[in-house]
Amino acid sequence: MNGLHFWIAVIVLGFLGTPILGLFFKWIDRFVTARIQWRKGPPFYQTYADVLKLLGKETVVSERSSVGMFLFAPVLGFVGVSVAAAMLWAVAIDPEASFAGDLIVVVYFLVFPSLALILGASASGSPHAGLGASREMKMVIAYELPFILALVPPILNAGGTFKLSQILSAQSEGVLLWSGSGFLAFLCALAVMQAKLGVVPFDQAEAETELMGGVIVAYSGPPLALIYLMKAMLLFVLPMFVITVFWGGVHLGGWGLLSTAVKFVVLLVVIVLMRNTNPRLRIDQTMKFFWFFVTPLAIAACVVSLYAH
Amino acid sequence: MAILDKLKLWGLKKSPWIYHLNAGACNNCDIEVLELLTPRFDVERIGVLLAPSPRHADALLVTGVCTLQTKPRVQEIYEQTAKPCLVVCLGACACTGGIFRSGWHFAGPVDKVIREVDPDAMIVYIPGCPPKPEAMISGIAQALAKL
Repeated sequence: MNGLHFWIAVIVLGFLGTPILGLFFKWIDRFVTARIQWRKGPPFYQTYADVLKLLGKETVVSERSSVGMFLFAPVLGFVGVSVAAAMLWAVAIDPEASFAGDLIVVVYFLVFPSLALILGASASGSPHAGLGASREMKMVIAYELPFILALVPPILNAGGTFKLSQILSAQSEGVLLWSGSGFLAFLCALAVMQAKLGVVPFDQAEAETELMGGVIVAYSGPPLALIYLMKAMLLFVLPMFVITVFWGGVHLGGWGLLSTAVKFVVLLVVIVLMRNTNPRLRIDQTMKFFWFFVTPLAIAACVVSLYAH
Repeated sequence: MAILDKLKLWGLKKSPWIYHLNAGACNNCDIEVLELLTPRFDVERIGVLLAPSPRHADALLVTGVCTLQTKPRVQEIYEQTAKPCLVVCLGACACTGGIFRSGWHFAGPVDKVIREVDPDAMIVYIPGCPPKPEAMISGIAQALAKL
């Protein structure tokens, strides 16, 4: 068993380190986007200034909203991402901290942001938010199945276990990404990552040019800051999850730290480039893409990995 | 508390999100506003983002002569905006009524319309027909420096 200081470190990293790193990633996203568009881009403290400003502003609540759920939903989403981050940090620092089935728990907590946005938007009483919530629901239905299927090859590779530490130790000789089934599953996971982040081409739920922000249209002040933080943290937590499951895990010492940074940069560059070179899809196109293209790909990955083992 | 207030003020100065509100403009000012986001001027350098909803905004960018029809809507949008917020009267029409000030549909300059609901509103004037993008950036930057 680990000592108290280990758990304190995990909680500090999960609830404090992740927002700071996530906001930094968000700045990289905005900066690279600006450079792609031949702009100068925001300064490095921009995302921190955004959050501080939002925390200091007034919260406007509509008469038609159900106040309790409207204000609780952002907290739910923020806590969900933080807990998922803390669990991944715990495994990264000390694989002994992993428990049976923690892969499933992390997957559950990664649904929280979408769930929180659906709940908050439905409670806000705005028709734009309602439309956004319905689209977010369709997105969840579309991408959760291929996401779970894409996790089958890592599980089989580790001998049928749901424990993150065993998935990691099974990759100590060869990273899963460079095997046939692992690569297919990794491609599926990349597509799902883009959709879970809610960025172009899968930003139908927010769609600020047609729904004026969609799910977040009615939020202001501190709740909006929590949603902003939640999205920024997802930008860090989802690549961390993908690295842990497919790419040999996060290492925090020596050369491992450098290789981990390179992995994060590669994933972030993929996200930013996809976001900047694609138009927004319609919601029916998204569902077709995930059900009839990504899901068969994930099933193929499962079949290949079954034959390989 | 003093440190917290300073942090809040710093955040407000460094990240003003603007909501663009057309109160009956001829579209000329609006085109110039969009110019601000292009690579040549790129207001994201000073943290300005175009907010999709007035509830996200820190500055209302009001263009155009305020007509009788838009007056109640302008007031409602101002009330929905999360405070503290700036109101920027952009262009000659929003500042004074411009060449339309004797028109039958003219409901009063934007500052008067806003002051009817909030006498203490922070209002910035950027005249011009339309104001040059440089003038808009300078106006917003000076207003933020005075906060």
